[in-house]
Amino acid sequence: MSSFNRRQFGRLAGASAATLALPAVLRAQARPKVVVVGGGAGGTTVARYLAKDAGEAIDVTLIEDSDRFTTCFFSNLYLGGFRSFESITHGYDTLESNYGITKITGYATGVDRGKKHVVLRDGSTVPYDRLVLSPGIGFIWDSVPGYSEDAVDVAPHAYEAGPQTQLLKQKLDAITDGQQVVIVPPPNPYRCPPAPYERASMMAHLFKAKGVDAKVIIIDPKEKFSKQGLFLEGWEKYFPGMIEWYGPGVHGGIKGVDVAAGNVETDLDTFHGDLLNIIPAQKAGEIAAAAGLTDGTGFCPIEAASMRSAIDPAIYVIGDAAIAGDMPKSGFAANSQAKVAAMTIRGELTGSRVFPARYSNSCWSLIETDDGVKVGAQYVPTDGRITSTTSFISQTHEDPAVRKATFEESLGWYAGITADMFG
Amino acid sequence: MLKTGPEEHDHRRHAVRRGSVVVFLMFATLFHAAQTFAGDGDPVAGERLFGLCKGCHEIGEGARNKVGPHLDGIIGRKAGGVEGFTYSRAMRQAGQAGLVWDAANLSTYLHKPRDFIAGNRMSFRGLAGETERADLVAYLAATGGAAPADDLERRDAVIVTGFAKIVLDMEGDRDYGEYLAGECVTCHQASGHADGIPSIVGVPRAYFVKALFEYKSNIRTNEVMKLRVANLANEDIAALAAYFSSLEPE
Repeated sequence: MSSFNRRQFGRLAGASAATLALPAVLRAQARPKVVVVGGGAGGTTVARYLAKDAGEAIDVTLIEDSDRFTTCFFSNLYLGGFRSFESITHGYDTLESNYGITKITGYATGVDRGKKHVVLRDGSTVPYDRLVLSPGIGFIWDSVPGYSEDAVDVAPHAYEAGPQTQLLKQKLDAITDGQQVVIVPPPNPYRCPPAPYERASMMAHLFKAKGVDAKVIIIDPKEKFSKQGLFLEGWEKYFPGMIEWYGPGVHGGIKGVDVAAGNVETDLDTFHGDLLNIIPAQKAGEIAAAAGLTDGTGFCPIEAASMRSAIDPAIYVIGDAAIAGDMPKSGFAANSQAKVAAMTIRGELTGSRVFPARYSNSCWSLIETDDGVKVGAQYVPTDGRITSTTSFISQTHEDPAVRKATFEESLGWYAGITADMFG
Repeated sequence: MLKTGPEEHDHRRHAVRRGSVVVFLMFATLFHAAQTFAGDGDPVAGERLFGLCKGCHEIGEGARNKVGPHLDGIIGRKAGGVEGFTYSRAMRQAGQAGLVWDAANLSTYLHKPRDFIAGNRMSFRGLAGETERADLVAYLAATGGAAPADDLERRDAVIVTGFAKIVLDMEGDRDYGEYLAGECVTCHQASGHADGIPSIVGVPRAYFVKALFEYKSNIRTNEVMKLRVANLANEDIAALAAYFSSLEPE
């Protein structure tokens, strides 16, 4: 007989206890199947934690269209020249080889919730006992009139990292003296609230470092934005006259874009960009609506204590696609939600212990070399809603040593979260 | 009064800070010893450089294991040789293979720690300047030349008091700790590898509990850590300490 450790024993004992409480359909199966759709911060984490903690007791499948995944977080640092594209791109090999996760490379288009299977674009189906959707965002293309999916090669959104990010980088590198870039950030709610403003900082850094006399104009549909005081202070300090931000109080409203001409038209004026970076309004990734799991907001209502869909108890929705109360849409948040979902699912399927949900988020942004800032918060479910209990934000006028330490901490976090995701 | 050069003047300030002429005399003796170990290094300059290390390492009277092992007796010590400290596998193997720290190999190690012992978990990128390394090694030799710290557990128990003591007396729920650890390992890697954020894998319980209470009481000031710790009850801290102290770095 092979040796037995305490954890394995607990797992088996728990499994037999749980069997009594499970529906017949699950009892009949040797191993319950969990299917995860989406290989980003949420999907990789939930798959890895299920496989790591449940061992052989759960069969875990990860469906993701790409072979390699480029993280949205730190993609602005690639634009600024602080990171290589390769250093923010990761493979799924370890999840397959070390954790026994089955990776299906394909695009999941829908879910037959009655038959409990996921439908792929090629028509094949993947059955599940529990499904986790972590599909990220989808775009509402016409939220900026004149912009469309066909325009992304000319005016990249670069808000899903990958070829779009590389395209934006190419176009930024081609900017010359006297030219300007116009960024149109999305309205709330959207992925990674400080990202458009960190991106403006990275663009200005790039121009300044190369000695290119170019400007960044931000035409914002919002009156205020994340870490606003910190960014405005940093722009004044490092990039005087290089970054201009206009909220609706000034521009009066965005009427549309002419991508071919490079114009953003507002009530106040027409702003010309030699490069346009249009980031449309957002909704849950396509499969969420196709599966009927979204509400009128375009995102997915969930149970705050577990990340279980409020619409289908066999499905969990995590990350940007979920309506997660006070939590922002971020890679850190998705990673945190994934751990609650993994624990709950494992409890349901194997009888392992389930603890009260805790959620957390931290978010670092880089303004200029060695000048990092951060925000963070803790959350618990309260009256059915994920509610912030404590939070912090970097202060203006901080000591440069503190900012440098914050930036270095962000490098450590990147190494940590990607190890937590990809193994 | 004797005429003193600027260097001796520095030593004197150092002595005054320690508040005792006796200490000054002892230091002078140790300084001589250090010179035979560490060549031309200046231990006074080295003390300033030790600021880079002291987040994780203690040295001198009463030194204890923190995130890193105490450095008393480091010169002449086997790599991975402090009892009661959980080293990375790489560091243990280096010691088993016969690596004993001296001024020369310590300087090479501190140049690029990850190159010298691949897979070790010291979260330090390295010190490029040869002079700086000689100074630092001279300081380590001088200050850590004392006998190794005794009975570390007992000393921890004395230092950890109040609430931390209450938590240390609780039996932590390791499984619960493993769940709670999900919040930690997003930054502190579960493998024990460290890339700019210290490893907490295998950290002694007493040190772990004390550190978290230092965040709770504002002695430690990192905002991310204060935030995470603010919502931890005593049983949560006990559970986390039980979990992390049970782990072995890869």
